[in-house]
Amino acid sequence: MAFKHVNAIVVGAGAGGGVVAKELSTAGLSVVLFERGGWVGFDQHGHDELISQRTTALGNAFGPDDERYRRVIAAGPGKWRVVLPSEGGYGNNAACVGSGTVSYGAMAWRFMEQDFKMRSTYGAPEGSTLEDWPLTYAELEPCYEKAEYEIGVAGDMSANPFSPPRRRPYPMPPFPLNREGRLLAPAAKRLGLHPFPIPMLRNSVPYGGRNACIACRYCVGFACEINAKCGTHNTVIPTALATGHCELRTDSVVSEVVVDERGRARGVKYFDANDRAQVQTADLVVVAGAATETPRLLLNSKSKLFPTGAGNRHDWVGRNLQGHAYAGAWGLFEQETYDDIGAGATIAISDFNHGNPGLRGGAMLANEFIRLPYLFSNRRPPGAPTWGKAHKDYQRQFYRRSIGVQGPVQEMPVFAARVEVDPEVKDHWGIPVSRLSGQRHPHDLEIAQFTSAKAEQWLKEAGAIKTWRNVPGRGVSGGQHQAGTCRMGNDPRASVTNKYGQVHDIDNLFIADGSLHVTNGGFNPALTILALGYWIGDYITRTWKGGGFR
Amino acid sequence: MLRLFDMANPLPTTGPRTTNNLRLTRRTAVKLAAVTVAGAGLGAGASSLLTRLGPATPPPYRFFTATEAALVIDLCEQIIPRDDVAGATDAGVVHYLDRQLASRLKRHQRVYREGLRAFAEACVIVQQQAFAGLPVEKKITFMRQVETGRLPGAAWSGAAPAAFFRLLVDHTMQGFYGSPRHGGNRDYVSYKILGLDYPQVIGRNRHQRT
Repeated sequence: MAFKHVNAIVVGAGAGGGVVAKELSTAGLSVVLFERGGWVGFDQHGHDELISQRTTALGNAFGPDDERYRRVIAAGPGKWRVVLPSEGGYGNNAACVGSGTVSYGAMAWRFMEQDFKMRSTYGAPEGSTLEDWPLTYAELEPCYEKAEYEIGVAGDMSANPFSPPRRRPYPMPPFPLNREGRLLAPAAKRLGLHPFPIPMLRNSVPYGGRNACIACRYCVGFACEINAKCGTHNTVIPTALATGHCELRTDSVVSEVVVDERGRARGVKYFDANDRAQVQTADLVVVAGAATETPRLLLNSKSKLFPTGAGNRHDWVGRNLQGHAYAGAWGLFEQETYDDIGAGATIAISDFNHGNPGLRGGAMLANEFIRLPYLFSNRRPPGAPTWGKAHKDYQRQFYRRSIGVQGPVQEMPVFAARVEVDPEVKDHWGIPVSRLSGQRHPHDLEIAQFTSAKAEQWLKEAGAIKTWRNVPGRGVSGGQHQAGTCRMGNDPRASVTNKYGQVHDIDNLFIADGSLHVTNGGFNPALTILALGYWIGDYITRTWKGGGFR
Repeated sequence: MLRLFDMANPLPTTGPRTTNNLRLTRRTAVKLAAVTVAGAGLGAGASSLLTRLGPATPPPYRFFTATEAALVIDLCEQIIPRDDVAGATDAGVVHYLDRQLASRLKRHQRVYREGLRAFAEACVIVQQQAFAGLPVEKKITFMRQVETGRLPGAAWSGAAPAAFFRLLVDHTMQGFYGSPRHGGNRDYVSYKILGLDYPQVIGRNRHQRT
């Protein structure tokens, strides 16, 4: 039995897809929102650290599962290795309604004005495809605001002189500093820095018909016990469903965007919850599967006009895979720094995002979320015992006496860091899987060295009795902050979509996720992905005229 | 080594303490003594945090043989030893490992099966004695040899010793510090050691927001 033809298909019910589905359905378009996972809430995994988003020792709490999914990663020159979703190299985000917004730490950053024009600000280093975005901060600003108000953000940027301009304050007051924050704030000021409370997609007061946060210790990595964390699963997706125009089809794995002989998207092929092959047709298709799965789907969507995949005429689909080169420092203290008040990350500085001598960009620095006991068992300075009585003593002495300051270094895009489709390995449904390869740009590590030194200096000023720095290696990035693989741009030969996420050459195929990011900012990217959802949704509803575009 | 890690007397943790002044029952003590290696120095007055771990009958093993389980218990106890508070044996880490190797961590079965056999054999070759009979210091010395892979060429056969050891250490940490629902960390004993209440006391009684 054929499904009823609809106006729009949205593939992926995460940050970008959830927002687009809501924008289209509230504008009156009929929408089918596809999600390969299902609803995952607090009841499934509770406060179980071993199945959480940060610790996947016993599996991915928010999907995908180890039984049906695979990826392939580079394991040396010409060598490949199959990885499971719960293994580190997989670069997982999530597979559930709401995707990463269910379990994230929920930092709500706007990128800065310079983040949208990295190339014209700094020039591209050799070996990087660093470029400006085709849209400016000023253009995206109203969408940031809409995301902050519709999803819900608590914050106050008045103490941050580097904050980009904004028309309205945040809809909720900021969270108070915890004990770590109260130690770090005066120390930052003594160093001439400008600390401020981290903006959070989490209710500091009742908002949107949901509870205020109760400050439990299990925030990042878990679904919220009382629904105080704001994601698409408890805001825009319910709104979309309430319109009556949007059907959410969970446990449905889209395998291909069907592109006809005239080069137009006709719909998608997918496997339903019972593994049956199905087809859904639509006037337009929006792909929002995040920066690893979106390029995989496009590359698997071969047609007469696009034999190497939809939107891939110039071999840009899957290129420039980015995440963040997380760098920072840890410090041990004599006094207790732990107050058991979650989420734990409360204070940040933006002093080192830009204007660092000799460096292209930088990173925001913030204190870390609460480290749960198993995770902390791995947080040790170089050379410290990893087992035995000394390890246990350290755990007992410093669990409540340590602070981490970390930040997401903005990466230089690298053309060879990429997502491809593996020629042999297939998943449970027989769909060719993603294959990840490439390296970070060496300049990322120079920036990481710089920002980690600043983090260490901050911890010392706050009274740390011992500090050490952590800087990542050159292994290919991605993971929860994955971005960049279907970049937007004005030049169709050097990008995949235009500034509205509309795929060059296929005007009824859109992308609405982090894949579009030309660069990924020195910040957690969730709010920018949400804002892009509004930006793209707005463009579609303004220009779509029943079957075609104005 | 850093002075920081050389602590005869770790600072006490503050925060909620719910397990002080609990009795060590005779039955528990006997059971604990039975699985504690010679020379570990279990005193009758051992500790408050040991004692609440009730005398539940351990379930039969799903993956380990009895011989393997005994060696695993011995190894885990060196990785997280009992001192004035509970160690890996008390927390039931072996049951975490056993349950997971029979289910979610099935893919590591071979590494364990081969690793444990190779470990036991290598110990006899290198130390001229079974692991269980060694004094604690020698156990630790031999474990360090395995950890760093510094063993005489023919002593170890099978999966790489260092990789096996890393896995065992990581799984032991999971079993001790992770959620009790998976078989280890009995009664949230490691949370109590760190001064973390469970379930967490939350809400306005604890956290007054202005």
